[in-house]
Amino acid sequence: MALLQIKNLTVEFGSEKKPFRAVDQVCLEIEKGEVLGIVGESGSGKSVTAKALMGLIDWPGRVVAEKLEFDGQDLQEMSDKQRRKITGRDIAMIFQEPMTSLNPCFTTGFQIAEALKIHEGGSRSERRMRSLELLEQVGIPDPSARLKAFPHQLSGGMSQRIMIAMAIACNPRLLIADEPTTALDVTIQAQIIDLLLNLQKQRQMALILITHDLALVAEAAHRIVVMYAGQVVETGPVPEIFETPRHPYTAALLEALPERSIGATRLKTIPGVVPGQFDRPTGCLLNPRCEFATERCRRDIPLLQTDADGRQVRCHTPLDREGKPQP
Amino acid sequence: MNSQAQTAVVDELVPPGPFREFWNYFSSNRGALIGFVLIVVVLLAALFANFLTPHSPYEQYRDYVLTPPAWQEGGLWQFPLGTDEVGRDILTRLIYGGRLSLFIGMMVVSLSLMLGTLIGLVSGYARGITDTLIMRAMDIIMALPSLLLALAIVTILGPGLINASIAIAVTYLPHYVRITRASVIAETSKDYVIASKVSGAGVFRLVFITILPNCLAPLIVQASLGFSNAILDAAALGFIGLGAQPPSPEWGSMLANALEFIQRAWWVVTFPGLMILLTVLAFNLMGDGLRDALDPKMKL
Amino acid sequence: MFSFLLKRIGVVIPTFIGVTLLTFSLIRLIPGDPVELMAGERGVDPVRHAELLAQMGLDKPLLLQYWHYLTGIFQGDLGTSIVTREPVVREFFTLFPATLELSLCAIIIAVAIGLPAGIIAAVKRGKLTDYTVMGLSLTGYSMPIFWWGLLLILLFSVGLGWTPVSGRISAMFWIDEVTGFMVIDAFLSGEEGALVSALSHLILPSIVLATIPLAVIARMTRSSMLEVLREDYVQVARAKGLSMPLVVCIHALRNALIPVITVIGLQIGVLMAGAILTETIFSWPGVGKWMLDSIYRRDYPSVQGGILLIACLVIIVNLTVDILYGVVNPRIRHNR
Repeated sequence: MALLQIKNLTVEFGSEKKPFRAVDQVCLEIEKGEVLGIVGESGSGKSVTAKALMGLIDWPGRVVAEKLEFDGQDLQEMSDKQRRKITGRDIAMIFQEPMTSLNPCFTTGFQIAEALKIHEGGSRSERRMRSLELLEQVGIPDPSARLKAFPHQLSGGMSQRIMIAMAIACNPRLLIADEPTTALDVTIQAQIIDLLLNLQKQRQMALILITHDLALVAEAAHRIVVMYAGQVVETGPVPEIFETPRHPYTAALLEALPERSIGATRLKTIPGVVPGQFDRPTGCLLNPRCEFATERCRRDIPLLQTDADGRQVRCHTPLDREGKPQP
Repeated sequence: MNSQAQTAVVDELVPPGPFREFWNYFSSNRGALIGFVLIVVVLLAALFANFLTPHSPYEQYRDYVLTPPAWQEGGLWQFPLGTDEVGRDILTRLIYGGRLSLFIGMMVVSLSLMLGTLIGLVSGYARGITDTLIMRAMDIIMALPSLLLALAIVTILGPGLINASIAIAVTYLPHYVRITRASVIAETSKDYVIASKVSGAGVFRLVFITILPNCLAPLIVQASLGFSNAILDAAALGFIGLGAQPPSPEWGSMLANALEFIQRAWWVVTFPGLMILLTVLAFNLMGDGLRDALDPKMKL
Repeated sequence: MFSFLLKRIGVVIPTFIGVTLLTFSLIRLIPGDPVELMAGERGVDPVRHAELLAQMGLDKPLLLQYWHYLTGIFQGDLGTSIVTREPVVREFFTLFPATLELSLCAIIIAVAIGLPAGIIAAVKRGKLTDYTVMGLSLTGYSMPIFWWGLLLILLFSVGLGWTPVSGRISAMFWIDEVTGFMVIDAFLSGEEGALVSALSHLILPSIVLATIPLAVIARMTRSSMLEVLREDYVQVARAKGLSMPLVVCIHALRNALIPVITVIGLQIGVLMAGAILTETIFSWPGVGKWMLDSIYRRDYPSVQGGILLIACLVIIVNLTVDILYGVVNPRIRHNR
């Protein structure tokens, strides 16, 4: 059975009468030890999905799901207290902005030990030993000095390593990394990703890697979920999706990769932006930006369909091997 | 959801225009609306005071001294809220008092707004030694509690409604100066101002036509809150006998010797203060609403 | 840290000099003859006038007069009251403990109620609790406190007879002054009922004086708390599995308090202005009432000295708050 099962997760903001759907009936599954990439532009609902999973969506946001199960336990049914026992211990998360994710008023040592204290208890010295060990594992030099440091004394890369140490402190079975490298220098990005993947392999964690960087996912993930405007538009194993994208959006994202455009004079781009609250189109949400859009796309909302090979795509006219739409 | 239902929703979700957006924000804030309505009521009452009440605020009905409100035993419908120690109708005095309070508010706000904006523009645009001198002067004003400074100024100018207004206007000057200066400094470094400069705009045009409109939002909010401060401080000065002078029906000065009647005539003590509270509250509610509608980033 | 201190003090000195300039010119701006104003005598004969003029140094050039005034301040000489013929400084500091007691009590009430109220409102944002707290605090913020005082007297003293109307303690007691704080002195005196009497005199004026600071603190705490609750590190703390009350108490509160401390410090000015009104209503023998009485009596040296001393007090408190701010906020402590 899958470690995490999400069925028709919806997150809405705004008034009851005119809600804005940030996440629209998303289905996800992840197996033990699997690396799942969630890809999409800014505003496509990736982060909101992750936050909903961690139980971080507050009023006035509303979270509804047909099924939200972790390791057979229903996250929606259980009490807040039970749920907090799982979040932080079994499911941990790394955030996008390492520089603002650490509390400026406390030392890093306090913030790492805090995670241990909540879930594992133990004595002060035990927690300190464990913190040192964790800092070493995430590759921080001179760990004992770093424990006393305040966040403003650390660089972005260092802060993100500390965030990772904090997240893996209680040996989570599922780690969610929400754009863990977006805010970092290019040279640091690769180090952090390597670190994450090593930790994932060592500990056999499941890892959800949320990013807008398809190249990153290509190297790291087993499976991909492509999101657009709060909806899942395509899922499938990495090699297949990179070989034969079926959704025009996925295809467009792939064409925008520099690695795929060798020899071309200009990099391909996708015109327009992800629709917001006021400019949601009718029919398929991609239709104003899709080069293959037809009258039907502008009229009817496509459903997420599962193919015989287990791949899913939300398109009236999925692309074939040559990248031509199939009616 | 079928596609037709979705179309209907889409039609409503058109991004609103700037004024419409402002009004949507403002009117969705129930407090702000209540404040606005209250202010309109006080304003109308003040404007049409002559028609609303048969009495004059100064006329003393010597036979009816300290008549209780109409609903109490001994009360008369002739004087709905009772009479004061010399037999003047309290309701009439309250209505006429609205004129004075609104006048003070208007005077203080326009004085400190105009002067403060001008000084702030000069300070922010000139920078250097002028700026330093102006800001230090504002620091000094800020170091003194507003009522104390107002007292000092009234001591120099002598008591009275106009002098009290001038004194209060001076104490609130720094707020406007600081807001304007900060906005000017923030705006002058922006590209559109540089563009305007490069295209040869003169100093006057640059400051008043290019920069000033962009610092209006916080100034409007401050002005609306300034109204409430002015009314409150003027009432306090009236209460201690240094603002409006008797027999003028200013709400604060109506309370000046209320302490004497506290044992036997609660209505003399209660109503004028209630009017001050309601009016000040109304301006504060509206100010809060304006702030949220115009500039969600500004806090307290 | 040291250079941070120096920088702060560097800003204070010009402000102080500015305030002395202001109080110096106050007397010279009041219409009328300064000699008669300062001496409190009217229609003095020319010989006496010249004598007084020389005695007070008013015949010297303005700049020299100011220099004498300034050096006088540093020697603790702020002139002599016209009415009592006592040095202004002594008068002020005799009355100051009463004001300090009242202000301290007020600020304790304001913080003790305002802070939790603001936190609760922020956590319960958009709920009934939030609206109630914000409604009440806006009402408090809009309150004409002189009327509020009268209203409380009407209710608790006249209506219910629970509290006395004026003064610091019942006339039955004669308390030796030890600390200048009536509550503590009454407690130390050991006289039966003295402490209760002192407290019952203190409670109403304290509530009145606390009203506006309380409202400001509650509003500021709420908005600061709301801002902090949106921060990433609050999400991180919750993602660790901390319960909301723990997140608020450990992670949010400390960060949210930083601006609130500044605001609490700024309330000293509000308290001093409020003290003038509160002390007048409750006949509380403090510096606020003394200032106002001095204005009524045209005791200008007292007014001049009082304004200067209160301004200095406000400046010193604000400086302390600034420094305290540096201590609470590690970023400032380390970087500068």
